[in-house]
Amino acid sequence: MTQTSIPTRTPQRVLGEPIDRVDGHVKTTGAAQYSGDHLYPDLAHAALVHATVPRARITHIDTTAADSLPGVHAVITHHNAPRLQPPPKPTLLNLPTLAAGTSVNYLNTDEVHWNGQPVAVVVADSLDIAREAAQRIRVTYEELPATVDFEQEEPNAVPQKNSALSDGGGKKGDAVAALKSADVSVDLRFSTPMQHHNAIEPHTTTAVWNGKALTVHDGTQHIDWTRRHLALRFKLPLNDVRVISTFVGGAFGGKTNVWAGTILAVVAAKVTGRPVKLALSREGVYRTTGGRTPSTQRVALGADADGQLTALIHTSVTQMGRVGGYAEQVVSQSRHLYDAENILVQQHQLTLDSIANGVMRAPGESIGSFALEAAMDELAHRLDLDPIELRMRNEPDRNPMDGKLFARRGLREAYARGAERFRWADRTPEPRSMRDGRWLVGTGVATAFHPAWVFPANVTMRLSADGDVLVRCGFHEMGMGAATAFTQVTAHALRVPLDSVRIEYGDSDLPIGPGAGGSAQTASVSRAILDAAAKLKKDLAALARRNNTSPDEAPATILSRAGRTHHEVAVGADRGIGRLAGQVRFMSTLLRERRKYVKAACGAQFCEVRVDSDTGEVRVTRWLGVFDIGTVVNAKTAASQLRGGIVMGIGAALGEETLVDGHTGRIVNANLAEYHVPVHADVPRIDIECLGDPDPTMPLGVLGAGEVGIVGVAGAIANAVHHATGLRVRDLPITLDKLL
Amino acid sequence: MTHDLSLRVNGTTRPVTVEPRVSLLDVLRDHLGLTGTKKGCDQGACGACTVLADGERVLSCLALAVQYEHREITTIEGVADPLQQAFVKHDGFQCGYCTPGQICSALGMLAEHRSGMPSAATEDVATTPQLTRAEIQERMSGNLCRCGAYNGIVSAIEETAR
Repeated sequence: MTQTSIPTRTPQRVLGEPIDRVDGHVKTTGAAQYSGDHLYPDLAHAALVHATVPRARITHIDTTAADSLPGVHAVITHHNAPRLQPPPKPTLLNLPTLAAGTSVNYLNTDEVHWNGQPVAVVVADSLDIAREAAQRIRVTYEELPATVDFEQEEPNAVPQKNSALSDGGGKKGDAVAALKSADVSVDLRFSTPMQHHNAIEPHTTTAVWNGKALTVHDGTQHIDWTRRHLALRFKLPLNDVRVISTFVGGAFGGKTNVWAGTILAVVAAKVTGRPVKLALSREGVYRTTGGRTPSTQRVALGADADGQLTALIHTSVTQMGRVGGYAEQVVSQSRHLYDAENILVQQHQLTLDSIANGVMRAPGESIGSFALEAAMDELAHRLDLDPIELRMRNEPDRNPMDGKLFARRGLREAYARGAERFRWADRTPEPRSMRDGRWLVGTGVATAFHPAWVFPANVTMRLSADGDVLVRCGFHEMGMGAATAFTQVTAHALRVPLDSVRIEYGDSDLPIGPGAGGSAQTASVSRAILDAAAKLKKDLAALARRNNTSPDEAPATILSRAGRTHHEVAVGADRGIGRLAGQVRFMSTLLRERRKYVKAACGAQFCEVRVDSDTGEVRVTRWLGVFDIGTVVNAKTAASQLRGGIVMGIGAALGEETLVDGHTGRIVNANLAEYHVPVHADVPRIDIECLGDPDPTMPLGVLGAGEVGIVGVAGAIANAVHHATGLRVRDLPITLDKLL
Repeated sequence: MTHDLSLRVNGTTRPVTVEPRVSLLDVLRDHLGLTGTKKGCDQGACGACTVLADGERVLSCLALAVQYEHREITTIEGVADPLQQAFVKHDGFQCGYCTPGQICSALGMLAEHRSGMPSAATEDVATTPQLTRAEIQERMSGNLCRCGAYNGIVSAIEETAR
């Protein structure tokens, strides 16, 4: 048999190609519908009332002036809100319990746990009426003693305990003694402020009850968690809850958890019997969703005269809310990056009467790398050694902490490629030695590192006799280009043309996808797609044999010869016992593999800054990032994602800072005018290079690109600022006042 | 207290009845169903709500609808421009939420530049400046993109302006 008898479309090379996004048209014409764009007839609008004190009991809520406003449908407080099930206690044995943003049962309690907690919600015909009514509500509090000041509370931080998925501390050898006896050493303290994700789409929920069933349009990074959480809180059978999240207007970790707005939109719709949209105000985003914890860190490094590290100590203090939070793995990269003879890492947390801190792009690594990489630069300077050379002298063959194997590690190559492309050798090493008119010029480097994860994903794959392929999976599109990437992965796996593949996603009616977090979605869904494609091909081969067709024929040909209109396969089990078994299998594989390998994306960040010698203004003028993210699925979207991480890192380095009032615990710059995210003029051309070799232990060789891009950025900038000015700024952000 | 208005939006006359306090943004989205225009901050700080009024860019969250009765409003739904394809080609967006505002703002900005308007990045304000990347960046700095697609946005505008 030959293939010449039946013409087939020749598949183009698809994996890695920089194809345009499949949702490019809808996103550039306004047709893409986000969670606030569903205009149900009779849609009502909701607005929140936030507590203005950090810890209290509500003694009285006067809603009369709000109730009497024409157009108001409901004013809901803890006096009249429907009773909800409390949020479940978070446990690693049941991952969806991690969905709850906080432990507070909103409007089911008279207790206030942080300044900004929602204490009432108003539902009205229009947003203006709802907002006006919300402003007319008067809340009286009995204030209780509150702990709100990070700096003041720092001495009370306690060491973090180790758990299955989060290591609070660890050591190898005696780093304290080694530091004391080191030829050369640095012992430094760093701080990073609270930061907020500030996705341009504020968290928005449109909730619709159809009898006892609930449909929720919610911009989320975890459709399944959101669905399970809502079913539990509102005591609904899981099948009666549908969560739709087709387009998410940015998230960066901020839409991983179910925060108050989602719950209260559903409450508002339940009370009024109308579809309700609750779009948080920008201020509401700061008040009711958790940002990145502030941190203080100590990094102490000891080395011999040749620059070989003998001691590495990295400790951190971060914040948790009394109502919940997440212990960021601030010191984690210090276990993996440098071949120090003695290592000591330990995290500490303090607890405040604040909202739970959330996860934000590369939680831990983002801020931890600032301290570690700035300290490495200081040590290099002390040793009179090039900072890249210092890193290469300490580049380990195995994981320094425990001798595990690296699944892949392209750092040497990344630095070599980067140094050449960036013309690193052109710099003069002495600080303040490069000048261009009034601008002091400096260059800096830092290492990026982010662990790679794979989570369970369920897909169905359906091949039609006309050659079309439909892949269905409830994954998430927040800007990564997920649907585009999975179109490519499917076309690659089945060797079919790109335009024959259609992907359905973003809906809990689909097979359960992984959450979009930990840079894991691409690898997780790719694995399921590869499995499905293998299954489909096997089924087709069997079908071909039965019908005396060559298995080498095009899949569609085999189907049509067998008289079939389509064939569908499913991978994973997202219900009942199969789902539980799948979760157990997932956890055990994960832990087993983690015992053997360190899997991570890594990279080398190179930057040039110019500092105004009169005003201290810092401009980032050149950037090159060379990354090892394993296989690149789409060269265009992967580069964009890495760039996006770098841009957010530039923000963290130079401008971003959530300011919390030390007396009241209130965020004082809860807006985009006084919280400074990077704008067009702040961002130079960012060059990205990916090494591109697959990771042998990861599905399709993919390590993930969402987070590694931000890691090391603030460190590289701080190092470049020192090179330009001779000044070390160890407290982010590096604002001009710190350079005068 | 409500006002009956007729707004000209994307070439069509649309009657609406609104309170005088209602923003042009909320009228477009909630009354006229034109949800392509986005709300990012409702305070004039992010640019996501940018639309064109007689070809000039306007932050529709800070504009009162009642003041725009005799203006020709263009929202993203009414835009058909090569710039949109250039955004796709240069990957000038990720999540897409700020994109309608970026596109409308860029169209207004290009018109401003054509009319000889200088910017803070213009070296000599007596001349019509070249539309360099620095000029584009300065003139587009009112439109935030948290995904960080700035490089692609500037490239798309640069290519379209040529």
